Amino acid sequence: MARVIWRIAPWLSVMAVAAAWELTARSGVVTPFMLPSLSVVVARIWSDAASGELVANLGLTLYRALAGFAIASAVGIPLGILIARSRPVRWFFDPIVSVGFPMPKIAFLPIVTLWLGFHDVSKITMIVFDAIFPIVTATIAGTAAVDREILWSARNLGASDRDLLREIIFPAALPEILTGLQVALPIALIVCIVAEMKMGGVGLGGAMITASRFAESPGVFAGIVEIAIVGYVLVKVMAAARRRLLLWHQEVLAPATV
Amino acid sequence: MKAALVRYAPLLILAAAWEAAVRSGVVSELVLPSLTDVVSAWVKLLRGGDLWLNTAASLYRTGAGLLLAIAVGGVLGITMAWWRPVNALASPLVEMLYPMPKSALIPVTALWLGFGDGSKILLIFLGCMLPVTLGAFNGARASDQALVWSSRSMGASRLRVLWDVVLPSALPEIMNGVRTALALSFVLLVSSELIAARSGLGYLIGFLGEGGVYDAMFAVVLTVAFLGFFADRVYQRLERRVLRWRE
Repeated sequence: MARVIWRIAPWLSVMAVAAAWELTARSGVVTPFMLPSLSVVVARIWSDAASGELVANLGLTLYRALAGFAIASAVGIPLGILIARSRPVRWFFDPIVSVGFPMPKIAFLPIVTLWLGFHDVSKITMIVFDAIFPIVTATIAGTAAVDREILWSARNLGASDRDLLREIIFPAALPEILTGLQVALPIALIVCIVAEMKMGGVGLGGAMITASRFAESPGVFAGIVEIAIVGYVLVKVMAAARRRLLLWHQEVLAPATV
Repeated sequence: MKAALVRYAPLLILAAAWEAAVRSGVVSELVLPSLTDVVSAWVKLLRGGDLWLNTAASLYRTGAGLLLAIAVGGVLGITMAWWRPVNALASPLVEMLYPMPKSALIPVTALWLGFGDGSKILLIFLGCMLPVTLGAFNGARASDQALVWSSRSMGASRLRVLWDVVLPSALPEIMNGVRTALALSFVLLVSSELIAARSGLGYLIGFLGEGGVYDAMFAVVLTVAFLGFFADRVYQRLERRVLRWRE
């Protein structure tokens, strides 16, 4: 009996929040403008889905976020390995990375808009600029932590630089690199949505800000629910990819955390 | 001194390249004001007082939102680790909401509380709470069971154990969560001020940009960026000081 209760407890709390939302909205304590009821919001999502608007917005937001994320990974991982492995490269990039990482780079959004206009290019550039820092720092940390004795033995056995990179450094740094990617992906989504809100245009963020300009609150809340689901799914997919890629690694055996 | 100069030389090289690119005409001044122009615009902003007022507004919002997030998030995380029913109820919600891109809340907080301080503080509070919660939860859960048991058997009350054993051992993880929250708070602050505000540094950036006063806009952008950077550095120093007993 107790086990059953613990098993269903997680669903209970989610359902309790949904019920509380619906009841608060219906009770008239707050106006429907401040908080439209959950059923109205779900109906709104449904009609957006039926008209194809949801797919268009979702597709654009995902395209921008994932394109930026992919570019940031493609540039960030090699750059991180280079910084960790080469002295002059490290000398040049180390202060840039350590000053740039904690900066709120979103402040550069108007500058990027000024340079690249309002289209996808500027949004994706902004995403790359923001998402690349955690990837680079994680890659540096992972690469620098590779066991030196393994590197020396491989060299001794005649491994070339390329072998070393492919067979040892990259696999050994992979857990850290994946951690960096797991940090960068939600950042890509956050920046994408802010960029869409600021610059307008289609996409989930753009649709939300349009709805809010017209004081149309079901649209705003529908946007929040949609974006929350997208964020949740992306994070879960990333975690699954990590488990798949690190099947050989001992961390897979460790108990899962929240 | 010399070591620092060598270390930060790349930044100076970048600054010099910026100045040279504009001066030589390779990059139009309409797109990129020269560094010297930006600095003189910054000095003018400082003298005019606009920058001070907007910085004060921004810092007040981040500070208030962040303090609320630390207080509520820390208590929630420790309670989740300490009482199983709370954990069973709260952790699915935390897990569901943690990956949510917090910037999605900007229009709602504006809808609820308007364009003033309240909406920014609420946004920063909501956005920064979960990293602190998760840090406190993981830290408190990992506290040494042997210490908890022995202090209990020596007659410490549950609250006393919480205060004297669990909280100190969770502190490193909590402080780590707060560092994430600090970075996030600046991002949320600037984003929300860019999109829906009538004061603050983000608003000033948008206002100057729309007016085409690019040298001043660059000056404010760099001010915000360096404020975020210095906040992180100061926090790191504080963290090392607070956690000195661990060594």
